[in-house]
Amino acid sequence: MQEEVNIMKVWDALQQVKDPEIDSVSVVDLGMVEAIDVKNQEVTIQMLPTFMGCPALEIIKKNVENEINNLALFKKVQVYFIYQPPWTSDRITAQGRIHLQDFGIAPPPTLDDSGEWHVDCPYCGSTYTTLDNIFGPTACRSILYCKGCKNPFEAMKPISTMM
Amino acid sequence: MNIATVEEAKKDASYYKALTALLYQLADDDFIIAYRGSEWLGLAPHIEEDVAFSSINQDTMGHAAMYYQLLEDLGEGDMDALAHGRKAADRVNAVLLEKVNGSGTYLTEPKYDWAYTVVRHYFYTQAKKIKVEALKNSSYEPLKHVAVKVNMELYYHLLHWRTWFRQLCTANGEAKTRMKAAIDRVLEEFDGVLSLGPSGVQITQHQLIDSEGDIRLRFTEEMTNMFEKVEMSFPANMGMKSGNGRKGDHTKDLDDALLTLSEVYNSNPAAVW
Repeated sequence: MQEEVNIMKVWDALQQVKDPEIDSVSVVDLGMVEAIDVKNQEVTIQMLPTFMGCPALEIIKKNVENEINNLALFKKVQVYFIYQPPWTSDRITAQGRIHLQDFGIAPPPTLDDSGEWHVDCPYCGSTYTTLDNIFGPTACRSILYCKGCKNPFEAMKPISTMM
Repeated sequence: MNIATVEEAKKDASYYKALTALLYQLADDDFIIAYRGSEWLGLAPHIEEDVAFSSINQDTMGHAAMYYQLLEDLGEGDMDALAHGRKAADRVNAVLLEKVNGSGTYLTEPKYDWAYTVVRHYFYTQAKKIKVEALKNSSYEPLKHVAVKVNMELYYHLLHWRTWFRQLCTANGEAKTRMKAAIDRVLEEFDGVLSLGPSGVQITQHQLIDSEGDIRLRFTEEMTNMFEKVEMSFPANMGMKSGNGRKGDHTKDLDDALLTLSEVYNSNPAAVW
């Protein structure tokens, strides 16, 4: 019973750990937290990396450890990155999608049958956009341009096991 | 056949040897090609390419890190030491991937050849895609999971290099001539990329990956299709002009690269960066 309460407290605490570059979105909302296990006074958190070469992974890991240590509930805190299941962009929560948009980054679109994708402008909502560069300033983002409000913007790249 | 854990993999000495041989090839290939790619930073033909190429190199280095991690898990040593601390003779990357981008260095008069880079990266990425698809059915479960992850990121890499290849092969001016010369230069070493090395037969017998013959066949098919699209014919004669990297044959280019890329690591191997 106490263990279940503690697991809930860990989930709540992880809402405070944000993406180091997007301070409106938590690692929970990004779908990076796969499992939290509490045994006696030990907690193990299994996380999914978005992109493997992402240099923020170590920072995120440290931030998660710090946040959980601050709870002062556990004697031992372990954080692992695992590859199975793979992270996919549809793991981002509804709340996460809203927060991304607030930050000015379009949430990841869904791929259609042909593998094509389309993103609306996160600023003005226009659908009149063009893809400028699939590869953006970080591995998980692409660069687009809105012909409606004439702003460049970023979108989270769609990532799926169907690729 | 399914080997789920390190302990199971270690029970059969022949399986362990084949598995580690394959992992070293996959890791060393991605590691050195990511390094060669990173040398283009700031020098790519235009700024959008600079952004895209560095992102691809970062992903690719991430893939190498995952393979080195699997080797560390299997007891082969610390992954940073595996990546930075091994001598050229102990490395099993294909020779093609270690070759310099052109004359000069990053700092002094870099005369890098973009045609050569496009062809080398496109061909390598296509071969890697075929291997990774096969690895999704590997008998070693942790490798299978890594393959699923790599494959999703690779989708965008392949799309990127296919686009460059098609555009330059069908462009006017000197582009086509330079692409043809680059294709010849890449193919004379390309057998080294497709090779599974001295343990190739065992690697396939243990169902770690498809046979070298199957991989070669699929590669030739993909290339034939692409070459038709650009109205050229794929010259299927591939070689290993500078030796077989899978056997530890390497060029001076690799020594020089290791000296540069491991400089910071070697200054203090115990430091955490």
